[in-house]
Amino acid sequence: MLLIRCPHCEMERPEIEFRYAGEAHIVRPPDPAAVSDEAWADYLYMRANPKGLHAERWRHIHGCGRFFNAVRHTVTDKILKTYKAGEPKPDLGAFATSADR
Amino acid sequence: MTQFSFLNLVREAFGGQRGWREQWRSPAPQAAYEVVIIGAGGHGLATAYYLAKEHGVRRVAVLEKGWLGGGNTGRNTTIIRSNYLWKESEAIYEHALKLWETLSRELNYNVMYSPRGVMMLAHNVHDVQVFKRHVHANRLAGIDNEWLTLEQAKEFCPILNISGDIRYPILGAALQRRGGTARHDAVAWAYARGASALGVDIIQNCEVTAIRRNVAGAVEAVETTRGTIRTRKVGVVAAGHTSVILAMAGVRMPLESYPLQALVSEPVKPIMPCVVMSNTIHAYMSQSDKGELVIGAGTDAYISYSQTGGLHITTHTLDAVCELFPVVRRLRMLRNWGGIVDVTPDRSPIIGKTPVEGLYVNCGWGTGGFKATPGSGHVFAASMAGDDPHPIAAPFSLERFTTGRLIDEAAAAAVAH
Ligand SMILES: Cc1cc2nc3c(=O)[nH]c(=O)nc-3n(C[C@H](O)[C@H](O)[C@H](O)COP(=O)(O)OP(=O)(O)OC[C@H]3O[C@@H](n4cnc5c(N)ncnc54)[C@H](O)[C@@H]3O)c2cc1C
Ligand SMILES: [Zn+2]
Repeated sequence: MLLIRCPHCEMERPEIEFRYAGEAHIVRPPDPAAVSDEAWADYLYMRANPKGLHAERWRHIHGCGRFFNAVRHTVTDKILKTYKAGEPKPDLGAFATSADR
Repeated sequence: MTQFSFLNLVREAFGGQRGWREQWRSPAPQAAYEVVIIGAGGHGLATAYYLAKEHGVRRVAVLEKGWLGGGNTGRNTTIIRSNYLWKESEAIYEHALKLWETLSRELNYNVMYSPRGVMMLAHNVHDVQVFKRHVHANRLAGIDNEWLTLEQAKEFCPILNISGDIRYPILGAALQRRGGTARHDAVAWAYARGASALGVDIIQNCEVTAIRRNVAGAVEAVETTRGTIRTRKVGVVAAGHTSVILAMAGVRMPLESYPLQALVSEPVKPIMPCVVMSNTIHAYMSQSDKGELVIGAGTDAYISYSQTGGLHITTHTLDAVCELFPVVRRLRMLRNWGGIVDVTPDRSPIIGKTPVEGLYVNCGWGTGGFKATPGSGHVFAASMAGDDPHPIAAPFSLERFTTGRLIDEAAAAAVAH
């Protein structure tokens, strides 16, 4: 079970208080009718699914109820950073060296 | 290759079992092949076997980063059934089930296919309605699936707790009598042996690290930990690692990889004549011929390549198993493990071409592809050998995510073993 730090509550809490919500920083095309079918499929279904660092959404469903993002390594499951929704995507390259150790 | 026969078995029994030879060759990789399959799980090996056997493609290599059958093929709970909802799914899973029925003979290898019946439990009104809908849909397609009352379910599996006092009482069940189990390792070994005898090179400890493309964008080679291998056709059959390999060719996939766990108990005398599944409370159980109870759990909530999975996930399943089968409460568990399953948005597989010329994929089997192994290999081989996809494979194209023609088995069964 993961221990996850909620950036709103500023506390580490067990994973079962949270709900995973998939890859972070996927932007809905502002005018869906204007994009091609390929671009719409990409937005709806295509995912990075990386073996390595992943920026992902979580929701503190049994706590404050709010969404936030986390950077996690998908092989070690180690969480390297959590940050509030709306904050910019961190530079994953900067984490790479520390996470690979 | 020595054929297995009654005479051989008797001869070896008296000869101290010293006469058996290795079941497949382990050659060094050649410089070039007509077709390269990435991943020596059941699906990849079956693909190679049918390419050689039915399409005369003999210069085939199957590249495996670990040992053959060491992925999900060797990690699953081996439930086989074909009672899916949509006609596209019925076609492919039933195609596989028919092949299971004669597979041991076809491959001259005992894969221990055991049609002992798969019973799926309903715990609420929604389950009852959904299962009955499946029963009717399957009947129209000529696939066996029947509705059982509570008492009939108990009769079919006497250790089932049908009391109304448990947290999620059972209301009835759907039963596919032709469903059952098979021995997972034997399936991988049998296809490996059959393919090798037809000239397929199976190369273990050989990880694909890059896919090389020519100026026109078509596949021309794969880079591996054992050198460059030239080829114009690559079939990626790598389950949980599919996104990673397709990314080497710049292709994004509608896949997410999750850990899925299973565990086995200490062996006991036969207590369970069938397979029981409960999608609603995440419990899957059958008894192996060795006597161990084989128990499947759910996936973790988040994507991961850790090949382990959280303990609270197995605990949740064991809680359910203890309620459904009180007789097993004091059993000890011997081993638990995880596999990485590749899940699609509609919980149906992806079989066929990719946007890159010469690059094919067979993936997205997620939590439930063991049952499809023979059928999947069979239709994928045909799709790779010819220009057009096999008619059973055609609806499972990658394009369906762009056209919107999804085959949505997800809505019916959130966990589709
Ligand atoms: C715990 C668990 C329980 C399950 N229960 C059931 C069940 O009851 N019924 C059912 O029908 N299905 C079940 N499944 C699903 C089933 O196991 C899979 O759908 C099926 O086995 C997939 O077979 P495969 O040959 O495609 O993949 P795998 O057997 O995983 O083979 C893929 C191979 O690709 C190799 N590979 C990956 N990357 C590379 C690379 N870069 N280079 C070379 N090789 C590479 C891997 O090492 C692996 O051996 C279960 C899965 C799990 C994990
Ligand atoms: Zn919080």
